[in-house]
Order: sequence, then structure tokens, then C-alpha cells
Amino acid sequence: MTEVKAAMAGTVFTVNVSVGDQVETGQVIVVLESMKMEIPVETESAGKVTSINVQAGDFVNEEDVLATVEE
Amino acid sequence: MDKILIANRGEIALRIVKTCKKLGISTVAIYSEADREASFVKEADESFLIGPPPVQQSYLQADELIRLALQSGAQAIHPGYGFLSENAGFARKVREAGLIFIGPDEDTIERMGDKIESRKTMSAAGVPVVPGTDDGVASLDEALDKADEIGYPVMLKASSGGGGIGMVLCQDEQALSQQFQTVKNRAKAYFGDDVVFLEKYIENARHIEVQIFGDNQGNIVHLFERNCSVQRRNQKVIEESPSPSLSADAREKLFSSALEAAKAVHYKNAGTVEFIVGEDDNFYFLEMNTRLQVEHPITEEVTGLDLVEWQIEVAKGNPLPIADQNAIRTAGHAIEYRIYAEDPNTFMPSPGSLQKLDWGNTDQVRIDAGYREGDQVTPFYDPMIAKVIIHAEDREQAIEHSNLFFAQVGLEGLKTNLPLLSEFIESKEFKQGNYHTKVLSEWLKQHKGELAK
Repeated sequence: MTEVKAAMAGTVFTVNVSVGDQVETGQVIVVLESMKMEIPVETESAGKVTSINVQAGDFVNEEDVLATVEE
Repeated sequence: MDKILIANRGEIALRIVKTCKKLGISTVAIYSEADREASFVKEADESFLIGPPPVQQSYLQADELIRLALQSGAQAIHPGYGFLSENAGFARKVREAGLIFIGPDEDTIERMGDKIESRKTMSAAGVPVVPGTDDGVASLDEALDKADEIGYPVMLKASSGGGGIGMVLCQDEQALSQQFQTVKNRAKAYFGDDVVFLEKYIENARHIEVQIFGDNQGNIVHLFERNCSVQRRNQKVIEESPSPSLSADAREKLFSSALEAAKAVHYKNAGTVEFIVGEDDNFYFLEMNTRLQVEHPITEEVTGLDLVEWQIEVAKGNPLPIADQNAIRTAGHAIEYRIYAEDPNTFMPSPGSLQKLDWGNTDQVRIDAGYREGDQVTPFYDPMIAKVIIHAEDREQAIEHSNLFFAQVGLEGLKTNLPLLSEFIESKEFKQGNYHTKVLSEWLKQHKGELAK
């Protein structure tokens, strides 16, 4: 299982996938907004999205798990 | 007018407090929980907590700001820049509440905030605009047809966009096809309006803007130009006045066009007419910003004027402090550096704690900073820590003084663009002065290789 974590603190701008989606390595799972910039958060491995822990508007801290992907 | 509420934060709120103190006007600060200990809160005469850190719950709470202005007995609201400064609905509500909005009329803000509408207005007034579509493009097919007519490369832009958000450069049909829906979606998400349009991309252009000022008596003047071509991700990093690469003839034409643009909308208060200037010195209207700009200090340094004081005078209904264009002069050369909390190579934000902040000997340097040593730079607001403004007799001396400044400054605790700035101003590209808006990214690619990607 791969955890997709926030690289920095910010507000969730968009969640680009749903639970059950098949995703590719490097696919943008969530876009954060931090310091007025869009920060794309990618998955480091391909697989099926098994959980999404955030929704648009949520504030997250660095290292928070945003989603999980099962290989 | 003896009390003003400042609907903003950081260095701009402090900047407004400074002029108000000089004029004997009391100030009311509003702040979010993240800014509880900030300098601007301490320097203002009164302050009110407005909400939690996210801007939607604090600095963008328009009705609450107006309520606090009325409660505190303020007669006017200064919006600073960003946040609600170009929100026509806010300006209207302020006026309807019986308060003065320190800025232009809401109709002007509305007209100039819509990029398509402002293009049409300027075109009708005889101000040159970038070749492009007269209206929004509704479908990808229409966009592809129009782009063929205009000729690639084209810029795909959100009509309600600003600050570099909602615009993408498309080199060819494939790029336009890929980006069309993305830009529309982003425009809808950020600005609540998915209208997009196309403009010809002017290669190797400079970004030069003219500061304008109008009053209620019909006087309109310009306060000369600023060259803002050193940018990253379409955001300005270094600005200078005067532009080091504009012919005298082009400069005069630029000023005339800026005044025509301001007259076309009966402009009142501080504004900026932004142009892109091609290699041949031909220029085109880009947009009009209906507020005080981040880079206003370089204009203040070369003209010796206080633009916030001018704003307050005009808002009071008084004529411009100097309405005779010929009586407004410039002296020397000023450069502004924006110090950002970001990785100097990737430009990724770097929030954190300012464990050490020592500006060094600042006798000849103006520092407009919202932060002090020990402050937290949070992820909630933009990454600018400070503006450093250096004014000298000429450009060479301004660069020399800049080098002295960068050699002395000590800032620790988070990543900043200080190393990038100090290295870049030593480059031949910056020193020769004839740079365009891609200068920084090209220089980074050449000198930093992989890191610049």
C-alpha cells in the first residue's frame, strides 16, 4: 500500500480521483494550494485508490496522508 | 477623514499605517488568528480579530470588515492590494454603508477586472491591444479556428483572471487542445467564471507598466514607468524604474497611451496600466490594475511622492496634490526585490519560522517588511517576506548598493530566493538591462540546469 502524503501544509484545492479508480505512477491525486500556489501531489506507485482522506477546502499539514493506493 | 480601517495584512498594512501616522489619521487593523502577533496589528491604533487563518474565513469577510469599520468609527476603508482590493462588489458595499472606499469607482473596477471588457474599452479609446479574440471562445473548435487566424504561439487566458493564475502559453494546436478545458475549469474554480479568450503571444516582450492617478475633478497624471520583466511563474520578482531599455520616443508614447487609457474610464485614485513591449518597442495594453501595486515604492523613490497620501487626498475629494504633469519629476534609479519564502531553484513555497532576520546596514535601503525575527511565515498567505527597495543616482550605483545589501543580509529558518536574487543581478543579462520576461527562467536553465525544471 502506498500513502500519498502532503509535501507541505496547505489547503486542498481539488481531489482528482475517487475511491476505486485505477491510477498510474506520477498521476496527480490531489492539488493543494499553499502560499497562493498550486501544488500537485502525485502518487509514487500505480494501483487502485483505496481511500481518500480529504476533500476540497480542507487544511492539511506536511506529511498528512491524503489518500492510499493499493498496488 | 480621521480614522481608516485597513482591510489587509503584512507589509502593505504597515505601509498604510505609516502614512496615516504622518497625516494624523488613526488606523484600525483587522487580523486573522495566524497574524495575532504581527507588526501591523501592533502598529495600528486599534485592531480586531476577524477569524481563523484561511482568507475566506478572515480577510475576505467583506460584511464583517464593513461592520467593524462602522463600529470603530472609521470613515474609510483602504483595501491594500490583493484580497478585496479589486472586488467591485466590496467597493459598492463600502460606499452603500456610507463609508469611503480608498480606490476607484466600483464601475471602473468591474470594467477593468474583466479582461475582455477592458480590451474592448481600450481598443475603442485608441490604445493598442494585443491581437486576439474580441469575445470569449466557447468551444475548443472555435479556439482552434481563432488561434489559426491569430497565429501560434497564443496565450489562453481566463477573462476574470489575474496575478498569473488562469493563463497558459500554447505553442501549437496540440497544446491548445490539451489546455483548453483545464484553463476553463481553473477559471471557474478560482474566479467563478469560465470565460476564456485568446491573445497573440508576443515573443521576447518586456512587461512595462505606467503608474497613473486621477481625481474627482477630472485631473489625470502619470507617475512614469516601472519595468517588471524579471518574473517567475508570471509573478514579478524584480522591478525597476525607470526602465533601462526603452527609447525616449517609445516612453513618451507609452505615457500618452496610459493617460488615454485612464481618461477612457474617467479614472480616479491610484491605478496602473500594464503593457507588453515588443523587441521593436511596439507596445500593447495588457490590463489595468485598479489598486495600489506591490511595486509602488520604486515610483515613490524616484518621484519623491507618497502614493498612499495621494490616495487618501483623492478619496477625501481633494484634487491631486500635483495636477500639473510637468511639475512631476523623477530622480535617479530605483530597484525593488521581492524576498519570497520559497526554494530559489524550484520556486516551491517554503513556509516556516524566521529564526534569524538581520537586514544589515539599511541606511540606503528601504525595507517594507511585514515580518520580524521569530515570526512564522504561514502557508495561508502569499510567500512574500519583504520588499527591498534600493534608490541611487543611476542604475549602476543601484546595482552596486544591491550587492552590498545582499552581502549583509542574514535570514535563516526557511528557504528564500535571496541566493537567486544576489546571483542573478550579477548576470550579464540583468546588467545589460535589455531583458525580457523569460530572462529569469532562461538564465536558471543555463546556470542551474536540472534544478530549473
